[in-house]
Amino acid sequence: MFEFSSRLKTISYVLMLIGAIAVGYSFLAGGGHDEAHGEGEHAAMHDDHADAEHGEHAEHHAPAAHHGHGDHAMPDADDFSYHKGASRAVPENNHFYSSPEHHDAEHTHHQMENKPWANLLVNSFWALALGLGALFFMAVQYAAQVGWSAVVLRILEAMSGFIWVPGLVILVIILTGWFHIGGNHVYHWMAEGIMDPESANYDSIIAGKEAFLNGPFFTLRAIIYLVGWVGAAFLLRKMSLKMEQSGVDYNQNWVKMRNLGAGFLVFFAVTSSTSAWDWIMSIDTHWFSTLFGWYVFATMFVSALTALMMIVLYLKGKGYLPEVNTSHIHDIAKFMFAFSIFWTYLWFSQFMLIWYSNIPEEVTYYMARFGEYKGLFFTMVALNFIFPVTVLMSRDSKRNRGFVFTAGIVILFGHWLDIFIMIMPGTVGSNWSLGLVQIGTMLGFVGLFINVVFRGLSKAPLMIKNHPMYTESKHFHI
Amino acid sequence: MHYEAPIRKPLIEGDKSYHDITVDVVRPVESSAPKSWWLVFSLALVAFLWGVGCILYTIGVGIGTWGLNKTVGWAWDITNFVWWVGIGHAGTLISAVLLLFRQKWRMSINRSAEAMTIFSVIQAALFPGIHMGRIWMAYFVLPIPNQFGSLWVNFNSPLLWDVFAISTYFSVSVVFWYVGLIPDFAMIRDRAVKPVQKHIYKILSFGWGGKAKHWQRFEEVSLVLAGLATPLVLSVHTIVSMDFATSVIPGWHTTIFPPYFVAGAIFSGFAMVQTLLIIVRKVFKMEQYITIQHIEMMNIIIMLTGSIVGIAYITELFIAWYSGVEYEQYAFLNRATGPYWWAYWSMMTCNVFSPQFMWFKKLRTSLMFTFFISIVVNIGMWFERFVIIVTSLHRDYLPSSWSMFSPTFVDIGIFIGTIGFFFVLFLLYARTFPVIAQAELKTILKSSGDNYKKLQEKNEHVEH
Repeated sequence: MFEFSSRLKTISYVLMLIGAIAVGYSFLAGGGHDEAHGEGEHAAMHDDHADAEHGEHAEHHAPAAHHGHGDHAMPDADDFSYHKGASRAVPENNHFYSSPEHHDAEHTHHQMENKPWANLLVNSFWALALGLGALFFMAVQYAAQVGWSAVVLRILEAMSGFIWVPGLVILVIILTGWFHIGGNHVYHWMAEGIMDPESANYDSIIAGKEAFLNGPFFTLRAIIYLVGWVGAAFLLRKMSLKMEQSGVDYNQNWVKMRNLGAGFLVFFAVTSSTSAWDWIMSIDTHWFSTLFGWYVFATMFVSALTALMMIVLYLKGKGYLPEVNTSHIHDIAKFMFAFSIFWTYLWFSQFMLIWYSNIPEEVTYYMARFGEYKGLFFTMVALNFIFPVTVLMSRDSKRNRGFVFTAGIVILFGHWLDIFIMIMPGTVGSNWSLGLVQIGTMLGFVGLFINVVFRGLSKAPLMIKNHPMYTESKHFHI
Repeated sequence: MHYEAPIRKPLIEGDKSYHDITVDVVRPVESSAPKSWWLVFSLALVAFLWGVGCILYTIGVGIGTWGLNKTVGWAWDITNFVWWVGIGHAGTLISAVLLLFRQKWRMSINRSAEAMTIFSVIQAALFPGIHMGRIWMAYFVLPIPNQFGSLWVNFNSPLLWDVFAISTYFSVSVVFWYVGLIPDFAMIRDRAVKPVQKHIYKILSFGWGGKAKHWQRFEEVSLVLAGLATPLVLSVHTIVSMDFATSVIPGWHTTIFPPYFVAGAIFSGFAMVQTLLIIVRKVFKMEQYITIQHIEMMNIIIMLTGSIVGIAYITELFIAWYSGVEYEQYAFLNRATGPYWWAYWSMMTCNVFSPQFMWFKKLRTSLMFTFFISIVVNIGMWFERFVIIVTSLHRDYLPSSWSMFSPTFVDIGIFIGTIGFFFVLFLLYARTFPVIAQAELKTILKSSGDNYKKLQEKNEHVEH
């Protein structure tokens, strides 16, 4: 049995405290004036105009707009006004893209108010990825009758027991957005009157999506996803614990888990995409990409594999998991390597096709990311592609525990940054910051993750000795 | 030795020894062809020759002999091209990706699957070639310096990327296939009694001696080639999808195309493997090597990839609506309810609904049903490409250009000709090549043969 050491427990509480302080501060400060970004004064400057200018979004404040970044990343030809009259293009009241020319007062005000919420969404989604990706991987292990991984299944179980925590946070973000609480404008389509033709705030394209993007259905979907995921994790755990009892037909139990795993994969195949559309793609409400769900899945899966690897290495370091040998570690590292390439494949497919075709309603997405986020954007690609491919290429590096652990930290941060870049441009635009608040919140979620996962680990033996694949896994050698 | 959980079913049935495997695999090569083989071969040859005639007619008269028109400038030619390239995915996927995933069941099927891959890529390559019209200018697709007298190729065009992707894929697949064949050719050489036959297989087996060093190099090169082939398998259909997705045609330009085309290619490739292997195992009496479990595994992959393709179809439909872009919405509405509705619904039925039957163990272990579904899937995947290509083109941006496509006898003849050519090659292969990678298969006899598994089980009981 694994014992959750008091030292690690203390660390997890300290991290949670840091997270709580970061989140609390970000809300109290009303949008993170703390960072050295030097843009905080925006909101205050424009606050009082907010209501007066309600209906004038179409007007471009471009020359007058004040913004900290001096460089206009986009040439004048790509200004968002050229589309007027073109039926395929972005409508005039498309005011939510973070074009530097596009700061009207209310808009900036909303972006500032969004900052703590967007920060919370980035971190909770990233944390969700760790749990949900692990649940997916575990279901695959059963459905595909995998042998080698039987010695790490309990870790995957503990990781998937974490899903409900970030799930609840996401639910709070959804509900506060729906009911306009606490200045949450993360989901622009929730804005007042945006689907009402009479309103000055009306946006015809967003109104066209009403059947899908509306508060009740959106919330219902989120609940369905979470119930399905948490439920599958719970059932698999329950059936796995049956393997510890005597008088159970273990092979039969395994076959049942296999069926449940396969069934869950069907549910996951649909909900992993739809949840990504809901929670992330709908932030840039006008924009759409058919690949988006799979792309988010790739980020999720790589993050979970990396977290799995780090937990295995931690436990090995503490003298647990004697059955896990270098071949197992090598294999998990191969997964990290291969799915980092898979992530890159999907990232490139989405980016290249949109860049190549250069259609206005699609390319805005990357224009926003090439404007204020260029540095981060390319750092993210380097961390998630060039870094894992080069450092995890060789067999020796995949078998070196300390090396893989360190690489894991970088990869996890890389995917955190990926989610950051997916969410921030549509929520806070040029007012983003990446500093103590954001990192602190991330650490807070790491603390929660450690606390919940290791608590789960301590509740059952680390090995499922009666698993039909246990012996095969124990003797695994490559 | 590799330990295998007792819960796993044996991969080699019928109490085989190493020698039995040799004899069973070499039998078709050493015996003479039965009448039925000649019958099927003649049929395939006639179809092939008919296709050659249609190709020559096309080259002599011009592309005008096809059913293309100003609006629908791509139709059967590209449909057939993509269909064949897609089928050509399973072989290398089985031998490379399944090798990396250490799936031992690949060993009885990889040889034939790879052969199928190579033969279908040959069919695929024909279509862009003859579509050029002046096929003797085909070298223009290669980046030859301008001093040569031609125009430098357009590196921005995905069609050029296709040239690189497919030729690389083809070369690596052939090398991969051939490396695996070397020990098996040596086995035939060692058994051959006729001098001519012996001499031919001697040349083919590159002086293989079965030494430890030979095996070590063999395994090393197999792993390296598997590593190379895996990204290549993905790249080929990714780039084929980009032929469409880089455009601004509604229904073509969608970001999900690359992974969705790859999934569809694996789907159709496995269906073709099923079609061929269900016949091969029966005719060559190889049921103990290509077991029902092998068929079941392939059916599960068909079900999985079919469902991935299904999710991609539905994602496309949904996002077309969600986008709010009138043209996107119309493209998909037109597919489902326009003049080509029958093609769309054939595609949906064959590719999305039919593989769902494989959820039932009874159906996925039934040979007749599997054979039927494999044909259905092949038809469905042809329709998929037809739907994507023709329905997106036939409704132009200008309603005055709207038109329909109907194939001429030349279109149909060339397609039938490639099917004939494919079977000519496969039938020749089946009589002269070892259709199972016997050297590789022998490595798992002691861990996965039913006799050894029983023995192991007995020993474990004694120990306890």
